[in-house]
Amino acid sequence: MEQYISLAVKAIFVENMALAFFLGMCTFLAISKKVQTAIGLGIAVVVVLIITVPVNNLIYNYLLREGALAWAGYPNVDLSFLGYISYIGVIAAMVQILEMFLDKFVPALYNALGVFLPLITVNCAIMGAALFMVERDYTFGESVVYGAGAGIGWALAITALAGIREKLKYSDVPEGLRGLGITFITVGLMSLGFMSFSGVQL
Amino acid sequence: MSQTKDVLTTPIFKNNPIALQILGICSALAVTSNLATAFVMSLAVITVTAFSNFFVSLIRNHIPGNIRIIVQMTIIASLVIVVDQILKAFAYEISKQLSVFVGLIITNCIVMGRAEAYAMKNPPIASFLDGVGNGLGYAVVLMFVGFVRELFGAGSLFGIEILPLINNGGWYQGNGLLLLPPSAFFIIGLFIWGLRTFRKEQVEKPEYVMAPNSKKGAV
Repeated sequence: MEQYISLAVKAIFVENMALAFFLGMCTFLAISKKVQTAIGLGIAVVVVLIITVPVNNLIYNYLLREGALAWAGYPNVDLSFLGYISYIGVIAAMVQILEMFLDKFVPALYNALGVFLPLITVNCAIMGAALFMVERDYTFGESVVYGAGAGIGWALAITALAGIREKLKYSDVPEGLRGLGITFITVGLMSLGFMSFSGVQL
Repeated sequence: MSQTKDVLTTPIFKNNPIALQILGICSALAVTSNLATAFVMSLAVITVTAFSNFFVSLIRNHIPGNIRIIVQMTIIASLVIVVDQILKAFAYEISKQLSVFVGLIITNCIVMGRAEAYAMKNPPIASFLDGVGNGLGYAVVLMFVGFVRELFGAGSLFGIEILPLINNGGWYQGNGLLLLPPSAFFIIGLFIWGLRTFRKEQVEKPEYVMAPNSKKGAV
């Protein structure tokens, strides 16, 4: 139990997807103008991560890794080079299902997310979480906790950035820096702040 | 002919994918602490973008709208696997340094964004050039950031010492901050500022303007 809690804290704060690994930046910068939309997107990312990381964990452990196919009578087969394509397939399928679901039941959020909903597929945070899960060899239970933690950390970061940007639009920014430029600098400062977590040992 | 040239060159400065369209930033931050990895990463992205655009465009009339994302992802992922295996075979050291970021080319929004926005509507050759152009736009920013970070952070370029460091008996004190990831944000922010100083039309309109008759100090 203790190990799960420390893994969750680590995934949310110490190894924050957005601010420590810089994953999922495209959507992170583009959809952070309003707190409301940012929270919606954050929740969508948490949901997709909670489903895809464990599913990918099962696929890796029972189909792809070296010797994983022993149950089917092929103990020497190593399919790990097919990893990328299977992870992204799972992710793309999940996102498409989520898109249909939102279109039907939460049209307001569907319209607010617009083109960025299909782009959750190419949100590096989700693919990155799957790759880190493989690299660190998490068990099934750990992968559920890790998926949830990584998602919550990302949602937290995008909500915080949206809060800052809502205030920032009243300020007098030099011409060329307006919009994207000043956002980059803000995120840089935020990530410097988050680096203080990197010394935390659990 | 001039149209071909436009397709190739507009994404580099006029409509830069990173500076203007906010696409493909993740990897731009993580692999730029030295020039060699930035260079290999740029090459990989140019290859993948160009060929994925080409293949998506070839079959664009046969893809049903509902499952287009999965079809595009499959093409892109296969190309990335090829690139990854080639890197592992011929440049193992650098592929180790790039670690998960080669895999993350799949989720690089530039590749997907161009497939969706351009290749689905245009013939194969034009799409191929559009892919090369956007890859080059990405490469320009990546090389610039890599150049600044390696030169002023570690005093070298492509691993060759340019500014002799104090540790090695030289005079230059390396700036450690530039080797940390957050510095990439600042450099890209300043790059955008520089670009927009020369190209005023890219400046974004402020969402709020001070009402004409109010005093600045009173707010």
